[in-house]
Amino acid sequence: MLEIKDIYKTFNEGTVNEKKVFEGLSLTLKEGDFVTVIGGNGAGKSTMLNIVAGAYPADDGSITIDGVDVTRLPEHKRAKYIGRVFQDPRMGTATDMWVEENMAIADRRGMRRGLRWSITNKDRESYKEALAQLDLGLEDRLSTKMGLLSGGQRQAVTLLMATMKKPKLLLLDEHTAALDPKTAAKVLEITDKLINENNLTALMVTHNMRDAIAHGNRLIMMNAGKIIIDVSGEEKKKLTVESLLAAFSKASGAEFASDRALLS
Amino acid sequence: MNMILNWLGSLPGAAAQGLVYGLAAVGIYITYKILDIADLTVDGSICTGAAVCAVMVTSGINIWIAMLCALIAGMLTGLITGWFHTFFGIPAILSGILTQLMLWSVNLLIMSGPQIPIMRFKYGDKVLFTSEASDVYRAIVILAVFIAVVIAILYWFFGTEFGSTLRATGNNLEMSRAQGINTNLTKVFGLALSNGIVALAGALLAQQQGVAEINMGRGAIVTGLAAIIIGEALCPKLITNFYLRLLCVVGGSIIYWFVFQTIVFIGLPNELLKMLSAIVVACFLGAPYVKKIYFSKKKKARGGKHA
Repeated sequence: MLEIKDIYKTFNEGTVNEKKVFEGLSLTLKEGDFVTVIGGNGAGKSTMLNIVAGAYPADDGSITIDGVDVTRLPEHKRAKYIGRVFQDPRMGTATDMWVEENMAIADRRGMRRGLRWSITNKDRESYKEALAQLDLGLEDRLSTKMGLLSGGQRQAVTLLMATMKKPKLLLLDEHTAALDPKTAAKVLEITDKLINENNLTALMVTHNMRDAIAHGNRLIMMNAGKIIIDVSGEEKKKLTVESLLAAFSKASGAEFASDRALLS
Repeated sequence: MNMILNWLGSLPGAAAQGLVYGLAAVGIYITYKILDIADLTVDGSICTGAAVCAVMVTSGINIWIAMLCALIAGMLTGLITGWFHTFFGIPAILSGILTQLMLWSVNLLIMSGPQIPIMRFKYGDKVLFTSEASDVYRAIVILAVFIAVVIAILYWFFGTEFGSTLRATGNNLEMSRAQGINTNLTKVFGLALSNGIVALAGALLAQQQGVAEINMGRGAIVTGLAAIIIGEALCPKLITNFYLRLLCVVGGSIIYWFVFQTIVFIGLPNELLKMLSAIVVACFLGAPYVKKIYFSKKKKARGGKHA
């Protein structure tokens, strides 16, 4: 479904701040794969997601989604295939627009947008139904400004928006990191539900090792721009935080460098 | 007593002026409030609209066609600013300044000189209204109709699928791109739409003043922002309805010109008005920041606790 092939990326090339993030990164996802991504600070997790989404271009290499080479497509054209949820709850929705207006925009992702009225009563009914599934009482707040919702509510709606027009690929970039533990758990539960129901292919970056182990069918660990651990299926089910840390030291020859990941 | 009567007598003229600039402010609202871009093209495009309309009507072309051409010319100026900004990656504010400077020359070329008078005795029956005092109520009615039509069209447009992508673009660029919106296209379109309306206001201004001249519209962006700011202050926060907010902006513009007229009557020199309006706009724009930084005790206390 997704093929990341031989990606090179250097930031600030030719300056003292030059940072080589990827030197030949490759990763292939099968249809229906739900891959959790974990790694230390600066491992390149978010950069990988941003390159797949087209937020910035790769220096070399190619990205293929469902057989379509999207390497040269700008971000807004790739959006046809990709649903995204960001770390910052403010980033995924338009603050000053209503909940239903946000959903109407997401509802037409990848479609031609013309001069038809953006929301019909029929749309409204289906948005209501979708919101009711979240079980957050949002179905009665269609005409509330997005900015008035809590961080967790916004992430939940963003998730809905990313999946309501079924994407070929769902990218979740630490989407629970800014939430309190209880809300984070709820949002993760919704994530699981939406991915299972729609049989989505997803990449979920997380800083929480336990979450990375508990969710998805495959786990990859990144370090310094390389995938150093890649486990799936039965083998993944047996993972523990301790065994993962041990595997990390063995593979990278260093201690795992993310206080956040260890503390939470 | 006489002075008060004179002052009252000048108010309808000020109202007409306020309506013309109110229409321009509605155009500015699109870039400043919806797209979150301070577009300085306006100072040039208002004169472009006036120039195109004056040239065409004085060469015997129908006023409606002349005004349509003014609108299209205005949209082109916005298109140029939009291209500077999106295709060449020049910051929006600088793009507007560049177009504005270009328009100075373009406007002189259109008019083949610094001004074109629309003489009453010659063209009085060919324009919608003249600068004649007896025409002022006619002007007010026609301008009010224009504003109502423009606001109705905008209300419809921003409710459509495409129109709502413009609002999303101004609100959240990342989200818009992630939802498949071509944010370059929406920005260029918004700039064109805004300057089209501003140029239409310019065409009406030329008729209301009986002349198109090169200095017309200097400072129009500040006048427009003043109208928006006064309008927002007038408009209770509860009113979220888009067309009501636009009506408040037009109201703000009328108030601005009433104040202008009053200042003129008090005997303050006209020259001071631009300075005064700039100061007033600066105060309003700066107020939220000043309030946050210098008058927020809570923030300081919290900082101290953590330190």
